[in-house]
Amino acid sequence: MADARTEPVISLRAVTAELGGRPVLRGIDLTVARGEVVALLGANGSGKSTAVRTVIGQVPVTGGAVEIFGTPRRRFRDWARVGYVPQRTTAAGGVPATVTEVVTSGRLSRARFGVLRKADRAAVTDALEQVGMADRAKDSVSALSGGQHQRVLIARALVSEPELLIMDEPMAGVDLASQEVLAATLRHQVEQGASVLLVLHELGPLEPLIDRAVVLRDGCVLHDGPPPKAVGQHALPGHDHVHPHDADAAPVRTGLLT
Amino acid sequence: MEFLNYAFMQRALLAAALVGVTAPAVGIYLVQRRQALMGDGIGHVAMTGVGLGFLLSTSPVWMATAVAVVGAVAMELIRWYGKTRGDIALAMLFYGGMAGGVMLINIAPGGSNANLSSYLFGSLSTVSDDDVTAICLLAAFVVLVTVGLRRQLFAVSQDEEFARVTGLPVRALNLLTAVTAAVTVTVAMRVVGLLLVSALMVVPVAAAQQLTRSFAATFAIAVAIGISVTLGGTVTSYYQDVPPGATIVLLTIGVFIVLTLLATPLARRRARASAARDAACTADVPGARGTADEVTV
Ligand SMILES: Nc1ncnc2c1ncn2[C@@H]1O[C@H](COP(=O)(O)OP(=O)(O)O)[C@@H](O)[C@H]1O
Ligand SMILES: [Mg+2]
Repeated sequence: MADARTEPVISLRAVTAELGGRPVLRGIDLTVARGEVVALLGANGSGKSTAVRTVIGQVPVTGGAVEIFGTPRRRFRDWARVGYVPQRTTAAGGVPATVTEVVTSGRLSRARFGVLRKADRAAVTDALEQVGMADRAKDSVSALSGGQHQRVLIARALVSEPELLIMDEPMAGVDLASQEVLAATLRHQVEQGASVLLVLHELGPLEPLIDRAVVLRDGCVLHDGPPPKAVGQHALPGHDHVHPHDADAAPVRTGLLT
Repeated sequence: MEFLNYAFMQRALLAAALVGVTAPAVGIYLVQRRQALMGDGIGHVAMTGVGLGFLLSTSPVWMATAVAVVGAVAMELIRWYGKTRGDIALAMLFYGGMAGGVMLINIAPGGSNANLSSYLFGSLSTVSDDDVTAICLLAAFVVLVTVGLRRQLFAVSQDEEFARVTGLPVRALNLLTAVTAAVTVTVAMRVVGLLLVSALMVVPVAAAQQLTRSFAATFAIAVAIGISVTLGGTVTSYYQDVPPGATIVLLTIGVFIVLTLLATPLARRRARASAARDAACTADVPGARGTADEVTV
């Protein structure tokens, strides 16, 4: 038991991965300890999403080792312990679906054969309440704003009552009201003992929650340690965020990318 | 109702009803994945199966099923592994399948393109007892998959990446969807024909969407529309002596247009209702906006 408590919940060792024949991860190490909140930072295209996708098995690795809860990824089956919020690049599917229907799909890791019991429906309601979307349960997801949609996707990740949350840019394109709800939800999860791996573009309102930051550049780990301070963040290589007031200054680019 | 006295009409109506159920039931998942034209591709490939059936003097329905399943699995594999040339590979598969069918049926003893035509556009009067047996078995499989696994298929079709993290066997479910679509194509082949089958998979779903907000309701209404148009089209073709496949598809498009016209005021009312709700929700935001402005500027 002591072993299980000290074991990292996510462990990537010297992981390499290719997309379209091009190396995207060039040997990265990344661990998330139990109860830890780790931010994964870096410029667009630095490989943050790819790193996260190797953890969930969406991107195959060409070298190195990926472990979840101490089990090699290929043999890991206990997916109810993991909640995932993918990066939102595309909208919903081509058929209308209600908020409840979308969130319910996150419960399939517990309702093995797709048979929903009372506890499953209660979990859906509970997850929607956590993100403040219970009043929109019967609405079509396509009728929601970007921030509301993101809250639904977070409810979908929470509904299996996971111990580990993996979120890819949960704050991107999210209005301020939703950002605050998301930060509060995450704080609650961390208080309950959840471990979190967060891909972020900037620390923003989540900063106080973050224990450690890992910065990627061009598929390599550039920094692994205390989170950069809000101001110091701009000094980080790989940070290419252009603020309105310095729009005419050339953004700090990672160079090797293009 | 005198048409019910004819055995061929009983067979035709049974086959039509099964098509009305199965085509939208599979089609909804294809539309959800934005692969609405996949049924059309499978239909093209299945032509080689029909040709093989004639050439080998076996049942064209079973041969078409076998070839369509192989073709659908190939399409799914191309989607996984085919990188940039995936669309070219699909084009080869579609047109190779169609050309193969035309070629085989011409080589077949006693075969001609006239035989092929009843498979391309559907022909109710030639539906045999064996065809009906095959259609019933295949339709049962389709209903079992599309209804029994609806939550799993919904999850995979809505967001494949997320579905993986719920532990669902994503690849197996994708293959199952492809195989089920292939089976549906051959179920529908005798009634609406291979070239029109995709319409019955897609248009009832598109029509149902005009009225619905949930997946479950879209599923139910699409199937209801499917049964209505296939039965209505079959009866119409009996009385008016018009081709059933074309009649059914035109009826479906008619339903789509009518529902779209009916739905416009409905959608407007809904939009207004949700806009009102959103306005109410933002009442407590100004304070939050003030603090955040300090952070970003
Ligand atoms: N499907 C893909 N095929 C080929 N290259 C890809 C694919 N997806 C992402 N890439 C490339 O991999 C690199 C890393 O992408 P990603 O991990 O999404 O970056 P990030 O999330 O840090 O913005 C980028 O250069 C991107 O262009
Ligand atoms: Mg990304």
